[in-house]
Amino acid sequence: MTAPVLSIKGLTKAYPGVVANSDVSFDVRTGEVHALLGENGAGKSTLVKMIYGLVKPDAGSMTLQGKPFAPAEPRAARAAGVAMVFQHFSLFDALNVAENIALGMEHPPRLADLAGRIRDVSETYGLPLDPFRIVGDLSAGERQRVEIIRCLLQDPRLLIMDEPTSVLTPQEVDILFETLRKLTSEGVAILYISHKLEEIRTLCDSATILRLGKKVATCTPAETTARELAEMMVGTVLHTPERSGRALGDVALELSGLALRSPSEFGCSLKDISLSVRQGEVLGLGGVAGNGQDELLGALSGELRSAPEMVRMHGKSIGMLGPIERRRIGLLCAPEERLGHAAAPDMSLTENAMLTGSLRENLERGGFLDWGRAESFAKAIIARFDVRTPGPGNAARSLSGGNLQKFVIGREVMQRPEVLVVNQPTWGVDASAAAAIRQALLDLAAGGTAVVVISQDLDELMEISDRFGALNEGRLSRIRPTSELSIDEIGLMMGGAHDMEVAHV
Amino acid sequence: MDLSSINPVLLLASLMVAATPLLLAAVGELVVEKAGVLNLGVEGMMITGAICGFAIAVNTGDPLLGVLAAAGGGAVLALLFALLTQLALANQVASGLGLTLFGLGLSALIGQGYQGVRPPSFPRLNIPGLSDMPVLGRILFSHDLMVYLGLLIVTAVWFMLKYTRAGLILRAVGENHEAAHALGYKVKRIRIMAILFGGACAGMGGAYISLIRVPQWTEGMTAGIGWIALALVVFASWKPWRVLLGAYLFGGVTVIQLNLQAAGVAIPVEYLAMSPYLITILVLVIMSADKSRAPASLGRVFHASR
Repeated sequence: MTAPVLSIKGLTKAYPGVVANSDVSFDVRTGEVHALLGENGAGKSTLVKMIYGLVKPDAGSMTLQGKPFAPAEPRAARAAGVAMVFQHFSLFDALNVAENIALGMEHPPRLADLAGRIRDVSETYGLPLDPFRIVGDLSAGERQRVEIIRCLLQDPRLLIMDEPTSVLTPQEVDILFETLRKLTSEGVAILYISHKLEEIRTLCDSATILRLGKKVATCTPAETTARELAEMMVGTVLHTPERSGRALGDVALELSGLALRSPSEFGCSLKDISLSVRQGEVLGLGGVAGNGQDELLGALSGELRSAPEMVRMHGKSIGMLGPIERRRIGLLCAPEERLGHAAAPDMSLTENAMLTGSLRENLERGGFLDWGRAESFAKAIIARFDVRTPGPGNAARSLSGGNLQKFVIGREVMQRPEVLVVNQPTWGVDASAAAAIRQALLDLAAGGTAVVVISQDLDELMEISDRFGALNEGRLSRIRPTSELSIDEIGLMMGGAHDMEVAHV
Repeated sequence: MDLSSINPVLLLASLMVAATPLLLAAVGELVVEKAGVLNLGVEGMMITGAICGFAIAVNTGDPLLGVLAAAGGGAVLALLFALLTQLALANQVASGLGLTLFGLGLSALIGQGYQGVRPPSFPRLNIPGLSDMPVLGRILFSHDLMVYLGLLIVTAVWFMLKYTRAGLILRAVGENHEAAHALGYKVKRIRIMAILFGGACAGMGGAYISLIRVPQWTEGMTAGIGWIALALVVFASWKPWRVLLGAYLFGGVTVIQLNLQAAGVAIPVEYLAMSPYLITILVLVIMSADKSRAPASLGRVFHASR
């Protein structure tokens, strides 16, 4: 057993009203990948921020390579050999790759020399990158390479990665793992945060599990099943969504040759998309973010209009209808962006329930709003979907991401849609809440609704969809029954690895 | 109408003088906005600088001391804005508008008793050899020190933003304050320093009007130059050289229309008077059609959450 690089003893951090970490202790050893697991709000982020010097612990101590370690600021942590790849990339869109990397270094060399070093490192680790491209033009995978190379240039002893694979295709994930294994063989320790349990089982040597700010277990992921890991995180037995056998009805929604220019400059235009969904069927659409998902949702919800016959519901052409007319005939949508798209952040839950539910739940009469019914509708959503909030009068912004997600999905599910389209229904939602949302979608399908799930979580799509298709650069792959697909085939459908290659050395 | 009374050499020479207040105020605001802060109080900081500089110059008899006082006065007013927006997290638009109103009132108060007073005259640079050159010497090399200081500041700002680490950090803070914070940069400290720099520049721009351009003290004498500076920064796409171009264009058209008025051209005076504003904005709008855009965090309140 090798010596620990980082050793944490009794770390505690409390915020007003909530204890984020309570007496957490564990070791990360040289050359190992150590997973940090836990639900949303279990305290993973706070813990990592303490190691990186962004937050000061209230109590407890850390040692790094045998020396006491109490970084007052990220600069001190970096100087001591700790590097971090952030979950929401901490990059500057308007600056180029080399400038972004220089910002993360203590004593950056001249830009021309730095560009040379960036090329060397990216070559060595199989992460090709042009130092002079503007970061705003890069794909998600390429942006992550910028972050990783920024870390590698500092010769870190400990590399912290916060959900690094959520934006990558399966092939890109393989290459990332290859890079990480190469790093550990050079003696770097990696602290790895992820929700994806199967990934952790393949990659990580040990795991620490947090629940409600406390450490509940340390285990070896390869010897534990994903289900056991999830149950340790949640603390209860996990309910797996189950689908009841159901007969498919008539075609409810049909797209034929849908083509649409993206309204945004950085968007992806839709090209010749054809699909059909039957009553009682769940269609899963995968793909890396930014390949037309937002545009497709817009085309279905009515935010973007198309030629009438390109979108058909129950045989009727509806491409020219706007969102309100589509809601009236039972086509409901829940977009990806919770704050600002699915919900108005500063309005209360009751008001948000009114916004999409007024038509189908009869919450307005002759232009007057029936607040009493709107409130009971909001309360019904909160009760059925276990939304944790003091009451329907609270602003949408005050809910945590997972809770608001339950609310916005629940709001559409409760309106008994004929066709429901959801984009990223469980994004940033913890395991038990995600299971509840998936179950609700399956129940809805069992009741005869046609459901379209757009998601980047492949495990989710494999679990709930009957048929699967992938979006790549605005085109839709052939749609195939999920049961006959392997993860590798899905990766190829999603467009494979975007010019990534395995490490050369 | 007598166009022959217009002397092209004098016209070009006075162009640089007319442009300097605008140039100083705009380049200061450019740095502030590059750091992600929108300070609409430029007009207020200019007029405060104008009276502070005027009063100190009159009382000490030293115009250079007056310019220093103007920079200080502008910076003090900017500090008030910095405290409101960076520490009290107040809305930047409202605070900036308030700052302009406050500056106009404060300057009128300080300025009582200074009306009709003549300030000490500002020394003109006289470089042997250069200033004696025919035509060019008159146009380029026989101005007061402040004209060259303005050019120097523009060059320094351009160089700092493009080639230095400090400039890179400043741009990073304006582009994505959360990411800059996560990397350990002191967002608030950097922004406060930028705001103070902007205030000092605006103050000097104001003093240039009251000490050199006019030179006397009248209430509200900046006459909207601060607002033009704000527009100039936007239409110049946050680029220092375009700010210089815009300021000289504005100065040039101002001088020409004054000369045309004097020559009695048969265009109503109102149209001539509005021409500098129209032409400057038109040219810069056309130039800003490229894909350059505002700093992404511009005007957004930064609060370091957990």
